[in-house]
Amino acid sequence: MSTTPLPPDAEAILRGDRRALGKGLTCAEAMDDEALALLDALWGSTGRARRIGITGPPGVGKSTLASGVIRAHRALGRSVGVLAVDPSSPLTGGALLGDRHRMGAEAGDPNVFLRSFGSRGSTGGLSRAAPFALDLLDAAGFDVVLVETAGVGQTEIEVATSADSVAVVLSPESGDAVQAMKAGLIEIADVLCVNKADREGAEAMAEALEGMLDRAPPAPWRPPVVRTRALEDATALFEALEAHGTWLLEGGRIEERRRRGLRGRLRTLVHALLAERLLAGRDALLDARAGEAAGKRRSLLDAARSTVEEILR
Amino acid sequence: MSAPSPRAPLPRSPRPIRVLVAKAGLDGHDRGAKVVAQALRDAGMEVVYTGLRQTPEMIVKAASEEDVDAIGISLLSGAHMTVFPRVLELLKEHGLSHVLLTGGGVIPEKDCEALRAAGVGMLFGPGTRTSDLIQYIQREVALRRAHSA
Repeated sequence: MSTTPLPPDAEAILRGDRRALGKGLTCAEAMDDEALALLDALWGSTGRARRIGITGPPGVGKSTLASGVIRAHRALGRSVGVLAVDPSSPLTGGALLGDRHRMGAEAGDPNVFLRSFGSRGSTGGLSRAAPFALDLLDAAGFDVVLVETAGVGQTEIEVATSADSVAVVLSPESGDAVQAMKAGLIEIADVLCVNKADREGAEAMAEALEGMLDRAPPAPWRPPVVRTRALEDATALFEALEAHGTWLLEGGRIEERRRRGLRGRLRTLVHALLAERLLAGRDALLDARAGEAAGKRRSLLDAARSTVEEILR
Repeated sequence: MSAPSPRAPLPRSPRPIRVLVAKAGLDGHDRGAKVVAQALRDAGMEVVYTGLRQTPEMIVKAASEEDVDAIGISLLSGAHMTVFPRVLELLKEHGLSHVLLTGGGVIPEKDCEALRAAGVGMLFGPGTRTSDLIQYIQREVALRRAHSA
């Protein structure tokens, strides 16, 4: 890794060239060969930024809260790189990326870099690309790297594995706390945030979350439940995230967390690369086995097992 | 790390056209911009919508960070003869000359001509069909991508 000279685009990103970073993120989004080379070259420069994830169901106020959190970091003189992920249409592949709209003032700040990604469907790059985009922002030297994702499901888990601290945002309109528990959101949270706290049902939701945490098995970190009204003030969320960051820095917890996160990402990548290699040129085999399953000559599971046997023989 | 075999390339998918849709100037009429943003999204583009009162500096910063193929500026305030040339100038300064600058609003024909001569793309007036705009952006971006590839 250190024997080869850095490619010029990698060098420009390390120098703080914002245009090069913009282009590099496009590469990361496509996850093509160029991206792999760039990420290889910059890997050694990652790990310096404090990484924060903000997630939760659509419409709870994540972008507005993110604005507030960015503002608080800026007030302390920290530069901030932001990745905002919005869903792409599964039909057309198009996306309306509106986070710059919500983060108007912050997006214009020269010490804030904001990039929007469309999720580009489940088969596309997001699950792989978003963590790499955070690596690039990290290598580019921002003090804080913040990722905000909409939607629910696998994406949130990916956020958790590449951020040091994850805030899960809920609002009284986003359904009750049980919904959030079903969606698997609660367990990835380092901070739980009930936004729109002035609305009816907010306090009940916060109390339900506390109740759930009371009943959960004891863990070294208990996620605080904070209440915010994002349009006025995101300080409570900022402070809770800061507290988690401080806690992580004690006793090497952050190294352990990052190692675990990288292991998860490694597994996902190995999975993808293995599948890619092993299935290359195997269309005929897949067609044959699928035909057998369709004709009830084999069960689907049996067809899968025998396909694997044949590939590995 | 440069061992040849295990570097299987990851699957490559065509990159959607990315367009920045911005409202420049002080007027607060963003209905047109929103209609356009939605139409472009429905045509399969990734639309970065910035909202109201964007300065040329903010627009070009966004274009650079978002690495867009095109910028569409909606302008109803009459400031087009200052906004478009300034954006064009900043794009050049930031190494973004490949980005298509287009837009729409109430812009007199002679101003459109002057702006086009200066390097701005087509400007679309009231009554434009979104399909014309979509085709124009698709065609222009394809040309520019082929040119820079």
